[in-house]
Amino acid sequence: MNARTRFIIAVVVLGLLMTGPFLLTASLIWVGTEGASRALLVDTIMPHLPLGTVITVFGFGLGVIVVRNLFRQYVKGLLRMSEQQHLMLGANRDFRIEEKGPPEVRALARTANALAEQRDEYMRDVEQQIAEAQRTVVEEKNRLAALMSELTQSVVVCNLDGRILLYNTRARQQFKAMSDAPAVAGGGELIGLGRSLYAAFDRNLIAHALEGIRHRLARNEAEIQANFVTTSRSGQLLRVQMAPVLASEPSGAGETLREMTGFILMLDDITRNFETESRRDQMLHTLTEGNRAALANVRAAAEMLEFPDLDEDLRIRFSTVIRDEIKAMSERLDNTANEFADALKARWPLEDMSGADLIAAVKRSVENKLKVPTKLEGVDEGLWVKVDSFSLVQALLFLVSRLSDEFEVREIRFRLTGAGRLVHLDLIWQGQAMSTETVMNWELEQMSVAGENSPLTVRDVIDRHDGEIWLEREKVRHRAFFRLLLPAANPQEHVDAIEKSEHDGRPEYYDFDLFKWSERSHELDDRLLTDLTYTVFDTETTGLNPAGGDEIIQIGATRVVNGKLLRQESFEQLIDPKRRLSPESIPIHGIQPAMLVGKPTIDKVLPAFHAFAADTILIAHNAAFDMRFLQLKEAMTGLRFDNPVLDTLLLSAVLHPNQESHRLEAIVERLNLKIVGRHTALGDAIVTAEVFIKMIPLLADIGIFTLRQAREAAEKSFYARVKY
Amino acid sequence: MTNKILIADDEQNIVISLEFLMKREGFEVSIAQDGEEAINRIRADMPDLVLLDVMMPKRNGFEVCQEVKADPALQAVKVLMLTAKGRDTEVTKGLALGADAYMTKPFSTKELVEKVRSLLSGI
Repeated sequence: MNARTRFIIAVVVLGLLMTGPFLLTASLIWVGTEGASRALLVDTIMPHLPLGTVITVFGFGLGVIVVRNLFRQYVKGLLRMSEQQHLMLGANRDFRIEEKGPPEVRALARTANALAEQRDEYMRDVEQQIAEAQRTVVEEKNRLAALMSELTQSVVVCNLDGRILLYNTRARQQFKAMSDAPAVAGGGELIGLGRSLYAAFDRNLIAHALEGIRHRLARNEAEIQANFVTTSRSGQLLRVQMAPVLASEPSGAGETLREMTGFILMLDDITRNFETESRRDQMLHTLTEGNRAALANVRAAAEMLEFPDLDEDLRIRFSTVIRDEIKAMSERLDNTANEFADALKARWPLEDMSGADLIAAVKRSVENKLKVPTKLEGVDEGLWVKVDSFSLVQALLFLVSRLSDEFEVREIRFRLTGAGRLVHLDLIWQGQAMSTETVMNWELEQMSVAGENSPLTVRDVIDRHDGEIWLEREKVRHRAFFRLLLPAANPQEHVDAIEKSEHDGRPEYYDFDLFKWSERSHELDDRLLTDLTYTVFDTETTGLNPAGGDEIIQIGATRVVNGKLLRQESFEQLIDPKRRLSPESIPIHGIQPAMLVGKPTIDKVLPAFHAFAADTILIAHNAAFDMRFLQLKEAMTGLRFDNPVLDTLLLSAVLHPNQESHRLEAIVERLNLKIVGRHTALGDAIVTAEVFIKMIPLLADIGIFTLRQAREAAEKSFYARVKY
Repeated sequence: MTNKILIADDEQNIVISLEFLMKREGFEVSIAQDGEEAINRIRADMPDLVLLDVMMPKRNGFEVCQEVKADPALQAVKVLMLTAKGRDTEVTKGLALGADAYMTKPFSTKELVEKVRSLLSGI
């Protein structure tokens, strides 16, 4: 019953209450009197009847006004308040009930407002705590990622299926070196989030190591790591340390065994160590066994000379043997010493450092600690040195402090030049040079700079680097310098470091959501679109007719894992099509014929791309076109691209069947995406990937969640278009 | 009767000394420059003792030793192996293949002579 009906009933009841008793009494009196007394009654009452009616109507009017007011204030007021409370509950948390009406209603409003206030406080508190917790998690993740990327050791974290969840820059470089086609895919076909580790490692080897770890876990051993050495496909020797990732809680009640959820691999390329070791062995061998025979010859000959009955001729022959053998031994010794100079070096751990960085560090140190101004005089930026930077900076600091204290040198200049396998680091100053004895003393004195003492001497530090130091005078310019000889590091090894810094932003090198993956639980077709790994690719071609001999000239691809675009894990390769580019196509892809000279041919590139796309869903815009080119090469390369395929063009038709255009540009505009770097294969692949990522929730809105559903919907739309 | 000795070594500089030494001891000496020649000479000359170097071209000392010891016709031939390899494992291998004695280079010529004498007196 709504408020209005109740109001009407109340008014009717009021009317009845006001007139009812009077009418009833009058009727009873009317029935109780007869004849003359009834006539008297009528005569007596009739003149007063209008007044009575007026008073009654007036009273009734007053009564209605009172009821109406009460109704407005209590019933309507409470109704309004209830609506406002709903508003506070849902749409507008900040809304507060207006305090008006009678005191009781106001009191109720105040209490409700206070409750709302309290609720808001709790909610703010909870939200704050959630935000705090999330920030900590993100911070920790970032810290971990930062830590990992700085490690000089390669680290790869996998789940039990061997899928990669995390890797660092070093691991990427290592895998690149392990790749069969390093120039083409850059190792991207071997390492990547969600990729299988078994592309690079023997599955049995890993299984064996895991088994060992499980045994040790079961026996509660303290040392649960597994170690093994393996060779990569490209022949490197890797020392692998494997440690388990354990579940944070024991899996069942009363169970003490912690469950393994994944594993960490730490890889060390020991090829070079191993080479050094074997060279060392070889050297020892040459020096020991190689000389045994010669020594035997000498000794025997020498002992023969002691016989008194020796004729002159034989005596000369034995002497010749001794002389020749000793000469040969000396030569062998020299050669060995030269040849194995590297292996003989002290094994102090030296790090590779950019020469410019080293100089910058020394410069900072000198300026801050000694307040001596410095200048650079020719620092070759391309040089890399092998140094123990801490002790070396200390030694240089010590030398400068002596120069400044004892010879009042006011300015120091640094120079860094390359000299083959060595690097010259010069410490130059204006003024006189000290005596050789002084230099000798400085070299052999324990270093102490600005209150810091070191047990080392400059000589120790130099020896540590297998280097040298001397004083040189430039009489003409009236200045002198210390020259330090330091070992150079191979600059080729540092290409990757430069490459790394070219990437903007923090790389997506980890994805712990992959821990939840289990291959066996889902068939690919029934997996959620959000859970799959995709290779989104695009090709540029010489023309539009694959059957007519047009060829691929560029493949670009990127990866989408767990709904995230992994720009770092891209594939981009120009391909020599071995035929002429049609002039009409050049403005489209912007690839000039000259750019294709010397590029690998399709038979070299497709295997790398095939590996890059292994175990993933292929996505392309108008996929049929690109797939046609790939499939035409199957016979030649023997590689089948039988991955499931999704087409963003068809998916767009599924989502927006009434739109006219499903060109990539139109979709990008429709989905409100920003375009960068289009019309290169990789640029288009990245845009397609972004389009696809944006499409996933839109597909979910119309009930398309799994790969199967997406494929079926796309097929329907395709047939629809064909019929049209 | 004089004992016959074969010196099998490709190093001319030790052969000179060994030849002189053995002749001086009154032995009849023949020389082989490599493993193949050593086998041929052993079969042809039937020496009482072979001074056999391990590192030789064509066939090494181990092979020669093995072949000699496997041939019943050559049972009387004693083998004294000489090697520049000082490792225990090689000494063990030589002895296992049937060498009667083993000496590591450089050796004392006096000890060599004693060893040769003691091996020959065992006949």
